[in-house]
Amino acid sequence: MDLAQRFAAGDADAFEALFRQFQGEVYGWIVRIVRDPMAAEDLTIETFWRIHRGARRFDAARPFGPWARRIATRAAIDYLKSQPREAPAAFEPAAPAAPDAAWEREVREHTAAAFRSLPVRLRAAAALALIEERPYEEIAAALGTSVNTIKSRVFRAVRILRRRLERSGIHP
Amino acid sequence: MNEKRLQQLLQSALPPVGEAPPRDLWPAMRRRLDGAAAPPIRLAAWEWALAAVLAAAILLLPVPLAGISCLL
Repeated sequence: MDLAQRFAAGDADAFEALFRQFQGEVYGWIVRIVRDPMAAEDLTIETFWRIHRGARRFDAARPFGPWARRIATRAAIDYLKSQPREAPAAFEPAAPAAPDAAWEREVREHTAAAFRSLPVRLRAAAALALIEERPYEEIAAALGTSVNTIKSRVFRAVRILRRRLERSGIHP
Repeated sequence: MNEKRLQQLLQSALPPVGEAPPRDLWPAMRRRLDGAAAPPIRLAAWEWALAAVLAAAILLLPVPLAGISCLL
């Protein structure tokens, strides 16, 4: 009986072995979505807690990693939904004739704020596709949806971001 | 603003985050598992009320209750 089968049968040692083997991968995936290392640590524990409770639903014939990643994605999205969403900043910067460091910093801060104000599912898709440059297939599998849905979410995220930035006078 | 430029902006505004946890998370996981193994007993309000009614019934009506238990 391999590790995954032992875990599915409720073996506590197998759970610990899987935790040690996959904690880095699960943490790495979550931190890409929530972009907060402290929250990612807590969410890694929450993910493995859900995995522990759902051991009977795990199909030992399938790989453990993608299953864990789907649960991690749901935990990360639940966390983002529980956080107060940042309102788009009312900001009317006047672009200087020649870009300077202060202007660049302001543009970055405003871009980050616009990103954090996106709806959670669009934000997760945009973080993974645009910032982390993960393949659409991988994102779709983790979010339990189709590639076309992910493409649509990224497209909508880009459109919203572009509109908000241009409204703020940011035309890089 | 094209998508590539927007992507560059996002990447500079939200720089990469560390991919590995800064510490072994197993001790924290262990605490979570141990905490769940012995959950504190919590009763709902109606459970407390039911327990109070039963206790009062035993104290106030010991003979009828004894009779019922004999019948059972």
